[in-house]
Amino acid sequence: MYWRKIKDKIAAKSMLIGVAFVNSIVFLIALGLLIKSWPILTKKSIFHLLLSSAWHPLKGEFGFYPFIVGTLEVTAIAMILAVPVCLLSAIYLSEYAHHRFRELARVIIDIMAAIPSVIYGLWGVIVVVPFVRALGKALDTPTTGYSLLAGGIILAIMVSPIIISVSLEVLRTVPVQARETALALGTTKWEAIKHVVLRSALHGIFSAIVLGFSRAFGETIAVLMIVGNVPKIPASIFDPAYPLPALLANNYGEMMSIPLYNSALLLSALILLLIVSTFNITAHLALMRIERR
Amino acid sequence: MPHISLSNLTIAYGNHKVLQNITVEIPNNQITPIIGPSGCGKTTLLKSLNRLVDLYEEIKVEGEVRIDGVNIYDPKADLLSLRKKVGFLSQKPYPLPMSILDNITFGPRIHGMNGKNLLDQIQKLEKQIPIDSLYPYNKQKETKSKKKHEMAYLVEFYLRLAGLWDEVKERLHAPATQLSIGQQQRLALARALAVEPEVILADEPTSALDPISAQLIEKQFKILKNHYTMVVVTHILRQARRIADYVIFLYLGELVEHGPAEQFFSSPRHERTRAYISGEIS
Amino acid sequence: MKSRKIEEFVFKVFMIASLVLVLGIFAGIVIVIVLRGASSLNLAMLIQTPEGGYYLGKGGGIANAIVGSLYLAFGALLLSSLFGLPIAFALQKEYLGRRLAHMTRLSLDILWGTPSIVYGAFGFIIMVYLGLRASLLGGIIALAFLMLPIMIRSIEEVIRMTPPELKEISYAMGTTRIETTLTVVLRQALPGIMTGVLLAFGRGIGDAASILFTAGYTDYIPRSLFDPVASLPLAVFFQVATPIPEVQQRAYASALILLVIVLLISLASRLLSHRCSRYIVR
Repeated sequence: MYWRKIKDKIAAKSMLIGVAFVNSIVFLIALGLLIKSWPILTKKSIFHLLLSSAWHPLKGEFGFYPFIVGTLEVTAIAMILAVPVCLLSAIYLSEYAHHRFRELARVIIDIMAAIPSVIYGLWGVIVVVPFVRALGKALDTPTTGYSLLAGGIILAIMVSPIIISVSLEVLRTVPVQARETALALGTTKWEAIKHVVLRSALHGIFSAIVLGFSRAFGETIAVLMIVGNVPKIPASIFDPAYPLPALLANNYGEMMSIPLYNSALLLSALILLLIVSTFNITAHLALMRIERR
Repeated sequence: MPHISLSNLTIAYGNHKVLQNITVEIPNNQITPIIGPSGCGKTTLLKSLNRLVDLYEEIKVEGEVRIDGVNIYDPKADLLSLRKKVGFLSQKPYPLPMSILDNITFGPRIHGMNGKNLLDQIQKLEKQIPIDSLYPYNKQKETKSKKKHEMAYLVEFYLRLAGLWDEVKERLHAPATQLSIGQQQRLALARALAVEPEVILADEPTSALDPISAQLIEKQFKILKNHYTMVVVTHILRQARRIADYVIFLYLGELVEHGPAEQFFSSPRHERTRAYISGEIS
Repeated sequence: MKSRKIEEFVFKVFMIASLVLVLGIFAGIVIVIVLRGASSLNLAMLIQTPEGGYYLGKGGGIANAIVGSLYLAFGALLLSSLFGLPIAFALQKEYLGRRLAHMTRLSLDILWGTPSIVYGAFGFIIMVYLGLRASLLGGIIALAFLMLPIMIRSIEEVIRMTPPELKEISYAMGTTRIETTLTVVLRQALPGIMTGVLLAFGRGIGDAASILFTAGYTDYIPRSLFDPVASLPLAVFFQVATPIPEVQQRAYASALILLVIVLLISLASRLLSHRCSRYIVR
């Protein structure tokens, strides 16, 4: 009899250790990154680091501004392209599509979400880069194709599965009565969606977008392969850019040889972590509000 | 006024037949409860009158439902104006995710109802329904914008008609979800009335409510019946007795008996009707 | 009136166009990779490791990367399941109070959304601290961190759906928490656990950023945990960057292999979850 109770206690204790571990991982990572970036944080002011455009590691100059701008711009392009398309698709799947088609689409979208980013990157090199090159030619702006626009396009494709699937889920949780009530008053299906369903689902859709944004922000490999990687602020969307994650990935090899380099790079990892975590917390809180209702 | 008549209405979900060959005429300006045990197709019958059954996948409808002589199941029929003409109250009230005021004005806004004819309509109704004697008016506040004035007038009128005005007049901009369930049901009633229907369908409108709210709703229905045709689904026999003018009795999807309330309750013609009324079968 | 219908029509057109775009691009991705990759795919690629001069176009294959990826993914799977399953179970009401559970879920959401390169950087820091070089072990650790939140989230979702009555029945017979968890909950959640495991595995096979710093790259199949290891994603990544067309072709073939593996895993997770659903209560 006692043995069973002891087993239960041991199990509970080990689970608690696991839980404590999980809760501390984020802090451990942040702490580790902070410790490693400390050398450069003491040497230069944080404002200089964030706002200077001079990136010459050999001379000891580390201005992150072009990379931050690059990341923001490529993410913004991705969101502008992805959000309308994804929301419209999610609404169609939720409100107009036959339920068998909806399930099929769900499967396809899940598979899309599972495709590794290298493959997206490779496809980007094969298809998107030439496309942008041709587009540039048509618009009289010569470009190699390896550009902000290409990066934005591939990112838009990569965040679509998550935006669509979260939005779809949220829309499906709006109760049938909501639609019935509006329709019974004589609205068209679209009016019922516009005025009632979307309103009820607003928080969830917001968090879907935020989740998409944070995913786009942190995506490394695919963007790296097609965005050009030139550490200058791009003058147009046809110019190459150099987002923060790409910086980190490209230069890890030189990290240990140049003084302060690894400190700078790990600082960029820390910045990345902080920004993305902020978005994730926002999305989490927004979703929590829905569950509470 | 609409003349609602059903001929050979048969509705099936997939293979399961819910309603069989219903043929009946629903009288104008009377309260007609549809009664019968649970699962006998009462709600389906009700929802077939404003084509809310269209929302269910795999549903097959045969036969005709004629309102004002037009078969509403004709593919060319105008669904939006049908639903404006025939209002619906569901069992559990669902407040739209907006303020109380917006809940009421939602319908009229969608249908583009505004302007002078709206005001005229309301004033005409006011003359017909002795609202002033039941719920004494305060003098209408003068508002700057003419449109706002009309909307405010409309909102107050229908909230009074639903018996809710006094309880919410101070907080028209509060979210409708703050109301108690009895208040929400009356709000739903006001909301349905605001689009100027001619028929009101109610699906067990008081079953989710406490006794006092239920009483209020029944009282409103009795006032409203003089100007609207009311069809009410209820499984509470006593309620049917209280409010009925004409009764329709469904059993397992078949129309067993229908007729004027007095005759129906005192001397039913069918054995099953008698059994149901006396409580032998429920 | 008409404008309302036109508005609906216009939006419907946009909606369908968007959906077609999304599904079309997905199809396009699969088609392009299959077409490009299939031409350079042959048995040698799968079985042989690179010979000298492989990267200049000479013979060999990417068996090192295929095996390496499998080693990495399986290793990381084992490591993260060790922590993942207990933590997922711990999120039940019996084990954690509300606040701790909320906080844990928040932490998990943050971890779930953390970019894999951050895990790579962190793994790198740990390796340097422990004096390790880029190796199989380093890659496994970084991947395990990446997989953990993914696995826990999937499993936890299904555990949450266990009907509370089911657990009540078990407890009513006098079981301890762990007994109920391991018998009733585990069996009920089995399909979800399978899906979670496979989902995490699929992520582990395909991720590049986390193992970029931590796993290294080599032409050989690792003999110990401390040897560097090649991986499919990095194989694609490095081979695309060369100017030599034969090597680029091989990149496409490697990508195809990776894609096929991921699709098989997806398929397997769906089938397995169906089969494991035999005993669950709905």
